[in-house]
Amino acid sequence: MTTLLATAAAPTIHVPHVDYLSILPMLIMLGGALLLMLVSSLFKRIMDVRAGTVAAVVVSLAALVAALVQWDHVATHGPSVTIAGAIAYDGFDVFIQVTVSIAMLLTALVGDGYLRREGIEGPEYLVLAMVSASGAMMMGAANDLIVVFLGLEILSIALYVLAAFNHKRAESGEAALKYFVLGGFSSAVFLYGIALTYGATGTTNLVQIANYLSRNIIVHNGVLLGGLALLLVGFGFKVAAVPFHMWSPDVYEGSPSPVAGFMAAVAKAGAFAALLRIFVTSFPTVRVDWQPVVWILALLSLVLGAVVALNQRDVKRMMAYSSINHVGFILLGVEACTARGVSASLYYLFTYMFLVIGSFAVISVVAGPGDTRSQLTDYRGLAKRQPLLALAFVVLLLGQAGAPFTTGFLAKLGVIEASVSVQGYGLATVAMASAAVAAFFYLRLAATMFSPVGASGDPLDGNLPDTAPTADGTTPAATDRADGSQPVVGLQVLTDAAPSAEVEARGPVPVPPLTAVAVGTCVAFSVVFGIIPGPVIDFAHQATLLLLR
Amino acid sequence: MTAVTFPYLTSLVLVPAVGAAVVAIVPKKAVATWFHEALGIVVTVVTLAVAAAVLVVFKSGVGSYQMVSDHNWATGLGIHWSLGIDGISLFLVVLTAVLFPLTMLGARARRDTRSFVAWVLLLESACMGSFVSLDLILFFLFFELTLVPSYFLIGGWGFARRGYAAIKFFVYTFAGSAFLLVGIVAIAFIHQSQTGVLTFELPALMHTHLSGTEGVLLFCAFTAAFAVKAPIFPFHTWSPDAYSEAPTAGAILLVAIMAKLGTYGIIRFDLNLFPQASRTLAPILLTLATIGIVYGALVACAQRDLKRLLAYSSLAQIGFIALGTFALNSQGLSGGVLQMVNHGLVIATLFILVGWIYERRRTWQIGSLKGLQSPAPVLAGVFTLAMMASIGVPGLNGFVGEFLILIGTFVAHRWWAVVATAGVVIAAVYLLWGYQQVFHGEPTEEDAATADLTINQRLIVAPLIVLIVLLGVFPKPVLDRITPSVNRLVIHVDQVTNTPVPADLRPAVAAKAPCSLNGVHVSCSVLASVSPGAPTALKGASK
Repeated sequence: MTTLLATAAAPTIHVPHVDYLSILPMLIMLGGALLLMLVSSLFKRIMDVRAGTVAAVVVSLAALVAALVQWDHVATHGPSVTIAGAIAYDGFDVFIQVTVSIAMLLTALVGDGYLRREGIEGPEYLVLAMVSASGAMMMGAANDLIVVFLGLEILSIALYVLAAFNHKRAESGEAALKYFVLGGFSSAVFLYGIALTYGATGTTNLVQIANYLSRNIIVHNGVLLGGLALLLVGFGFKVAAVPFHMWSPDVYEGSPSPVAGFMAAVAKAGAFAALLRIFVTSFPTVRVDWQPVVWILALLSLVLGAVVALNQRDVKRMMAYSSINHVGFILLGVEACTARGVSASLYYLFTYMFLVIGSFAVISVVAGPGDTRSQLTDYRGLAKRQPLLALAFVVLLLGQAGAPFTTGFLAKLGVIEASVSVQGYGLATVAMASAAVAAFFYLRLAATMFSPVGASGDPLDGNLPDTAPTADGTTPAATDRADGSQPVVGLQVLTDAAPSAEVEARGPVPVPPLTAVAVGTCVAFSVVFGIIPGPVIDFAHQATLLLLR
Repeated sequence: MTAVTFPYLTSLVLVPAVGAAVVAIVPKKAVATWFHEALGIVVTVVTLAVAAAVLVVFKSGVGSYQMVSDHNWATGLGIHWSLGIDGISLFLVVLTAVLFPLTMLGARARRDTRSFVAWVLLLESACMGSFVSLDLILFFLFFELTLVPSYFLIGGWGFARRGYAAIKFFVYTFAGSAFLLVGIVAIAFIHQSQTGVLTFELPALMHTHLSGTEGVLLFCAFTAAFAVKAPIFPFHTWSPDAYSEAPTAGAILLVAIMAKLGTYGIIRFDLNLFPQASRTLAPILLTLATIGIVYGALVACAQRDLKRLLAYSSLAQIGFIALGTFALNSQGLSGGVLQMVNHGLVIATLFILVGWIYERRRTWQIGSLKGLQSPAPVLAGVFTLAMMASIGVPGLNGFVGEFLILIGTFVAHRWWAVVATAGVVIAAVYLLWGYQQVFHGEPTEEDAATADLTINQRLIVAPLIVLIVLLGVFPKPVLDRITPSVNRLVIHVDQVTNTPVPADLRPAVAAKAPCSLNGVHVSCSVLASVSPGAPTALKGASK
């Protein structure tokens, strides 16, 4: 009786020891967001767009520095779990923190120009992005399915709002609603997957799941496989792998351009981090069951992403499909289920982050006031109007296509190596073939930028005697297409609607200085580390070696 | 490794690359209009000087790789900056070094010279890199890198359908390379599973043991890329478009140099890595080559414009090179390697001349040109000479190569050689017929006003003519350098495939007796020093 009372009267809640360093970047990002919101509501006058940008940049840099301090700690002390086993404090975690911090930094720089152009006051854009980034960081660090879910929700809910940010555009609202409904649905599926996994293994802790599965053989593993399937569906939605990709073209098209870049980089980094950690470290024992599914997801994403992108006239939609193609490549690394695969996927995520944020920064600049001009035809003559901007975009596109001496090539090489090392010749071949298809639409965009705006009044025509077909027809075939002196670029049907006068009247679009800094950083990173690949590859490699198992 | 030697091969790659960067960076407004072009020519001439030094330093009669330099490049991925040169690549490097300055001088850009020069220099760097890379991934990087500048050269300075041709060219060749990359990675991992070392270096990988199926599949993956690039029938459909829509400079570089990347790749990588599969599949490749020879020649007959005619004649010539390669004997392969250089020189001359005709007349339709012989005798004379070399008239370089190829093929695969000989006859038909139409007959008023070659143009074309004649009458120094490497390759193929090594190639015998090669006596005495075990051979080379 007394003992019963005693236990009832003194219910002790066991508070785990919190190792703050292990979650410092996350805390900085989240705290920075809250502080920024607080300060700007208290001091509305002085907190203009630029001040907000500076604050976000400082917070991102602080998070980056914290992540590097973490790296030092992990490198000397090795991987560990903290906070009652809920957080993994390892190289993999730190790699994701670094990736997300840099992505946030670049997004803040790109967002500055966008916010000023659109005349959007207030810190909401940056606050939401920072909250979202902290969610992605949490997913990278999560060592428990519940924490993964927490991170996923923090990441997603902020993104739903960001997608709707440009309230002047109807498409933006539509995109957000679509994203919200499908995202909410996928979260529910994901949660159900967690429940089934818990039912099968008796724990949500990733390390304990791995231990349980390595010690026990589940004879009737239907519940476990159901859980895995639902988890995969949830991740499939988040990373936009085919056939769960339906939302992504609409959302990319409708969202503000910098947000689309952020989404492509950060949401993928977070979701793939959790996906890699869960499937490669917790469920390697049942990999024969999930590998075929990932194989199919990868195959469909590679093929559909590349092929459907060919038909897109809107550059943002094209980038959405191209990012689906990239998801297929990263899934190659997941499917391999080896340390090499993890390392290659991490490298891919890191380098793709630069390529995609830089690309969307250029798209944002070209889209002009209202963020509406993203048709292929809007890019005509960009090289003539703004050679540097066009050149930067070409480099980023070539990087995405996997051209040699860019990080994009090494990223593709890495996942191909990972896949071939486990005899995945077929998938690797499909992946490279899809890269060839993808090269077509990247190059078409590049060619569009280098083609003159219109036939008349173009200074190029005056001193171009060589390119104008002569009256007697230079070649028999050429006469068929010799429609004046306008060159035919790519598939004629896709570029023929030349809004010559209108586009030309626009003249150069202003490039905000901070956006230029961001684009320059992305280009420089992609080229320099394409030529000197060692440091980044080693970083990803070390991160994988320090992966908690 | 002895004391640090001058990094010849690295300079061959880096000089044009740095030149390209400098040209791209120097703004137009800061310098005179001729500055970029002049700088470009200086850079290519410096590269030529380095190549000449390589030619001098190159040890004649040694079959293994020379001037090897090997540095770790991307440790995590196992890629090495590994360069080396042997008799097979030596003259392709020299050809590249010779043709780039001449192209820059002879086929200048009409506008935006800065970007043009930068792209051309980058292309030179990529071509050089492809020819001297011994690391497969490094080779692939350079092989792919050639696409970017050529895409921009075609798309930016080409003719009416340039955009279409440029993208078609890029996507076709890129698709072929997709298989190559997977193949490279696959053989590296097969090698790793056998030795525990992940490397992409050719001298190591060529000792990988492959099962029959593996070998055939990998051979197909590699050959897909090279056959598209060369192009070998039936992968040639991009080439007439690309060649005819490209600006003159682009066309020259595409046909004369980049096409050789394909055939070079077959010799260097297919034969070294997959000897068994090469031998098994040789009849198929020989058949494709023969079809290419006859088909190219027949289609060339039907062309009404000079550029497309040359494009198809080139298909036939590449067919000859492939024919010699898959004869898999010393004569055929030597002939193939020599013919790569010959074809490069001849086709470059012809394309330059056609470019000059276009400059004067704004057309290259055969029907609208007539009797150019009387107003432009020098042009006609040079054209005749290059054309004769292309047909294979004795005394000019084309003859030596074609003859060696046909001899080699006849010994190994008689009937293919017989059919291929028909291609030689048809080549004479379409070239002479085209020549008659354009240069003979009564010139119209417009034709009569066509100017002859200027002094500058004569000076540009003179080195090419000298080389064409020189290689025709005195090919021995060239063959002396090519043959040891070719023999080494043939021995490797024969040993792996358990085919008896021909008596004149057996190291012990070769050490004493000079081997005879269709009358051209080639000293093979150094062969004995070449151990078939390649790693030791490589070490020997770097001493």
